[in-house]
Amino acid sequence: MRALSLILSLAVLQTATLSVRAAETSDYRLKYDTAVVEKIDTLIRQSWEDNEVSPSQAADDITWLRRVYLDTVGHIPPLNVVEEFVKNKDANKYQQAVDTMLDGDSYVNNWTTIWTNLLIGRQTPDRTSREGMQKFLREAFAKDRPWDDVVYDILTAEGHFEENGAVNYLLSQMTMRDEGVQATAKTTRLFLGTQVQCTQCHNHPFNDWQQSQFWEFNSFFRAARRIDHDKIDPNTGQEVDDYSELTTNDFSGPVFFEKRSGLMQVAYPKYFGKDVEFDNGKSRQKVLADAIVSDDNHQMARAMVNRMWGHFFGYGFTRPVDDMGPHNPASHPILLEHLTESFVASDYNMKMLVRWITSSEAYRLSSEFNPKNEMDNPAAGEMPLFSHMYIKSMEAEQLFDSLMVASNASGMNRANYAQAMRQRNEWLQQFVTTFGTDENDEATTFNGSIPQALMMMNGELVDTAVKCDPGTLLHQVVTADEKDSKKVQLLYLAALGRNPSGRDLAAVKKLMQISGNPIMAYQDLYWALLNSNEFIFVR
Amino acid sequence: MSIIQPENMDRRHFMRHVAASSAMTIPAFHFLNHLNANAAEVRKNQKACVLVWLGGGPPTIDMWDLKPGSKNGGEFKPISTAGDLQISEHMPKIAKQMDSLSVVRSMSTREADHTRGRYYMHTAYVPNPTVIHPSFGSVVSHTLAPQRKSLEIPSFVSIGGGAGSAGFLGMTHAPFVVDSNGQIRNVDSDGTDKRRLEQRLAMWDVVESGFINSDRGDLPQAHKDVYRKAVNLMTSSQMEAFKVAKEDPKIQEAYGNNNFGRGMLMARRLIEVGVPFIEVNLGGWDLHNDVFNTLSNQRLPTLDQGIAALTQDLKSRGMLDDVVIVCMGEFGRTPRINQNVGRDHWASSWSLMIGGGGLNGGIAVGQTDKDGVGIESQSYLPGDVWATVSKAMGIPLNIVHTSKRGRPMKIANGGTPIEELIS
Repeated sequence: MRALSLILSLAVLQTATLSVRAAETSDYRLKYDTAVVEKIDTLIRQSWEDNEVSPSQAADDITWLRRVYLDTVGHIPPLNVVEEFVKNKDANKYQQAVDTMLDGDSYVNNWTTIWTNLLIGRQTPDRTSREGMQKFLREAFAKDRPWDDVVYDILTAEGHFEENGAVNYLLSQMTMRDEGVQATAKTTRLFLGTQVQCTQCHNHPFNDWQQSQFWEFNSFFRAARRIDHDKIDPNTGQEVDDYSELTTNDFSGPVFFEKRSGLMQVAYPKYFGKDVEFDNGKSRQKVLADAIVSDDNHQMARAMVNRMWGHFFGYGFTRPVDDMGPHNPASHPILLEHLTESFVASDYNMKMLVRWITSSEAYRLSSEFNPKNEMDNPAAGEMPLFSHMYIKSMEAEQLFDSLMVASNASGMNRANYAQAMRQRNEWLQQFVTTFGTDENDEATTFNGSIPQALMMMNGELVDTAVKCDPGTLLHQVVTADEKDSKKVQLLYLAALGRNPSGRDLAAVKKLMQISGNPIMAYQDLYWALLNSNEFIFVR
Repeated sequence: MSIIQPENMDRRHFMRHVAASSAMTIPAFHFLNHLNANAAEVRKNQKACVLVWLGGGPPTIDMWDLKPGSKNGGEFKPISTAGDLQISEHMPKIAKQMDSLSVVRSMSTREADHTRGRYYMHTAYVPNPTVIHPSFGSVVSHTLAPQRKSLEIPSFVSIGGGAGSAGFLGMTHAPFVVDSNGQIRNVDSDGTDKRRLEQRLAMWDVVESGFINSDRGDLPQAHKDVYRKAVNLMTSSQMEAFKVAKEDPKIQEAYGNNNFGRGMLMARRLIEVGVPFIEVNLGGWDLHNDVFNTLSNQRLPTLDQGIAALTQDLKSRGMLDDVVIVCMGEFGRTPRINQNVGRDHWASSWSLMIGGGGLNGGIAVGQTDKDGVGIESQSYLPGDVWATVSKAMGIPLNIVHTSKRGRPMKIANGGTPIEELIS
C-alpha cells in the first residue's frame, strides 16, 4: 500500500496537459516564424542529397505524439490524450499539441530536472541546495526567461543558497578548495560547449588551445567564495550545517600556473584569448558573464542549440555536444549557424527553439531504417544525417514519470511538487555511482544494464502499475464495459502509444487464455508491455 | 534468439499448453537446470583478474616508489618486503606478500584529467568521439564468457562502480555494478511464482521480438539480451557468491570490516564460481590536500589489509597462480608537493602494482629518477599492462575487435606484455 500512496501523491507529474486551461497566447507564438523551420528542412534535405540517402517515412501520429511528449515534458502521453489526438482531425493538431505542452507544468518540471542534473548532478554535492537550484530554474522555465539572462544569473549570483537559488551552481563546483578549477572546466563545457579541462596541465593535444587559456578562464572564478554557516543543534548541542552562501572578495591579481617544464607562467582574465576589461569594479564573474552574453561569435547560443538538437534527436551536430571546436567539426555547420542566429534573433527564446525543432520534417520521421538510409547510423559511429529518427533510451526520470502516467487513471489529485521531487530523487539514488574524485563526477547504472532490467521486472514501480487496484489505469481499463480486444488495445495505447497489430492481438489473446484468470492475464500483459524494449525506448 | 533454454520440465509442461492453442514461437525459459556439479573442477581451471581501482588517482610516489632524500619525498619511509623491492611503511601487510606481487614503476600515460585518464587506463585507448572502447573487463567477458557455460551471473562484476562501459562490445558485457554489502536490489520477484513469470515473459516476447524485427538498429536486441541475463541471475544459486556475510567470520575479519575489505572478499567468492573479471573500487585518492595524513590514517591501512588478505587467501587456496591482481587508478600524482600539502594530477611517471596469475613476483619493473619526475628506463602504457594480464589469463594477443563502424582494433591496443613479469 505504501507504494500506491507514493504513486497517488506523485500524480502531479502526470498533469493531463491537454486538458489544461485554454492556453494563453504567449510571446513566442506571436513571433513564431515558419521560415526558420523551412530553412531547417531545406538544409537537412540538402545533406540527404549530398550523402545519397532517402529519408524514412513520417512516423504515424501517435508515435510522434509519444516522442514529442517524452522529449518535451519528460513522460509518455496519458491515455486520454492519446485517444483525443487520434480523434482530432485538425491539420494543426501537431503544433497545438506542442503549444499546449509548452504552456503546461510538465514542461517546467522536465526542464528543471534536466538542468538541475546538468548543473549540480543527480547526487547533490555537500552544502548545496537542490531545492534552491530547482526553484530558480522553475521560475526561469515557467516565465520562459531568455537563456542568456538565465546564464548571466547563474554565473553572477551571490547570496544565500535558498534565497537566491542560482548560487547553487557555483557552490556545487566549489566543494573543494581547488581554486576554481572545477568551476572553470564545467562552465566552459556546459554553457560554451567547449572543453578546456585538458589544458589545465598542458596545451591541448588536438587543437591549438594553449594551457594559458584554461587559466585565463580560471581567473574569472578566483574571486568567488563560499561561506558555510553552522549552527548548534538544540537537541544534541552539536554543531551542524546551517546554510551556505556565495560571495565575492576583492581578488584582483593574475593567476599563476606551472608549465610542464616547471616554469611558472601568469594568466590574466581573457575570454577565448580576447582581452576583457576587468579593472572596472565589477566582480570577476560579472566580467565573464558580460563577455559571454556580448560575444559577437554567439558561442553560448551555439552551444545551447547544439545541446537542444542533441536532446531531441539523440545526436547533436558534434559528438559529444559539449566538445565543440576546430578539432571536432560539426556535422551540419550551416544548419548549426542558422539555428544559432535564429536563437539569438529570438532573444534566446527556449520555447521557440523547442517549437522549431519539433516542427521540423526530420523530427517527424519514423525511427525505422529503410534500405536507402542504412548507412545513417550514428550508433555505429557514422555522422548523423537525420534521415530517420534515432531511438534513445529513456532517462531514469523519464521512466519514473512515465510509469506514474501509466499507473494512474486520469483525474488524480495534485500533490506537493517538492515532495514528489524528493521521492523521485530517493528512487534515483539506487542508480547513481560516483568515481571517488573531487569533481563529483558520477555515473549511472540506469544505462540499459542488468540492474535496470531487475528494477523493471521486480521493482516497486512496475509492481504498483500492474496491481489493478481501484484508481489505477489498469483497473479502469479492465473493469470497463468493453470487449477484450478493445481492452488490449487500450493497454497498448497507454503503455506504448500505438495500437496492437493483428498479429500482436492474436498472439496476446492466445497467451491470455492460458492464464485462466482474466485479471491476472491483463496484469501480465501490462507487465509485459511496460517491460518491453518498445516501452523504454523513445522511438 | 530465444531468452530461455529448452531443457526443463516446467517449461515443457508449459509449452504443451501453449502449443495446444498456438503455433507461434514461444520463448523458452529455464529455471531449475543450473549446473552446480563441477564447481570444484571449475575452480581449479579458471583464470581471473581482480582490478583494484583507486579512483581519483593514487599518489604512487608515497606507495610503491618512494623517494627518500628528495625534495619530493614527502613524509613516508620505505620498508623492506618479502620481495626484492621496497614499498611504503604504511603498507606493512602487503610488504609480507610482496614475494608474490610486483610493481611497475615506469607508467607514462599522458592523460591527467579524471575522465580521460579513467577511460584510457580501463580501455588502453584514448577517448575518441566516434567510438566507445570497451573497458578491459568487458574484453575479458567477451572473450571468456562463451567458454564458461556454467556461469549464470555476469562475467564482469564491478563492486562499487566506476568501471566504465562495454562500448562497442554491447550491453551484455557491461560491468554488473553491485555494492559491497552483497545485497542485489530487485533480484527477488517476491510473490511472483515461476509459472507466472513464464507467462509474463511469453507475452513480453511478443512485444519485444516485434520491436526487434522492426529494423531500428541494435539497441532493441541488446535490451532482450540483458533481460535474458537478468532472468538467469534471478534464479541462479551462484548469487550466493555475493553474500560475503556467509563467509567464515575469521576470514571476513582478515579482509577488514569495511566496504573495500568486503569487496575484496566478494571478489574471491566470485572467482570461485567462475567470474573472470572483478573490479573493486576504492575511491578517495584525489588528494590535492593533506595527502600524508589522509594516506597514513585512512587510505593505506584499508588498502593494505584488503590486498594482503586477498593475496594470502588466494595463495592458501592454491588459486593465486590463476588470479592476476592489478592495483591502479587513472594516473599518479605530482612528485612536487603543493602548498596545501597535497599532490596534483600527474600521468607522466607513476607506478602500479601487479601480481599473481603466474606472473613474476617480488620485483620492481622500470625506474624513475631520484625526484620521481622522469623515467629512466623503458616506460609502459595501459595497453602493455592489459597485454600482460591477457598473457597471464591465456587470452590470445592476436584478437582483433571490430567497432560497429568496421574499424579493426587490436586487443589491449596492440600493447606488449611486460617482459620482466612474464619470462
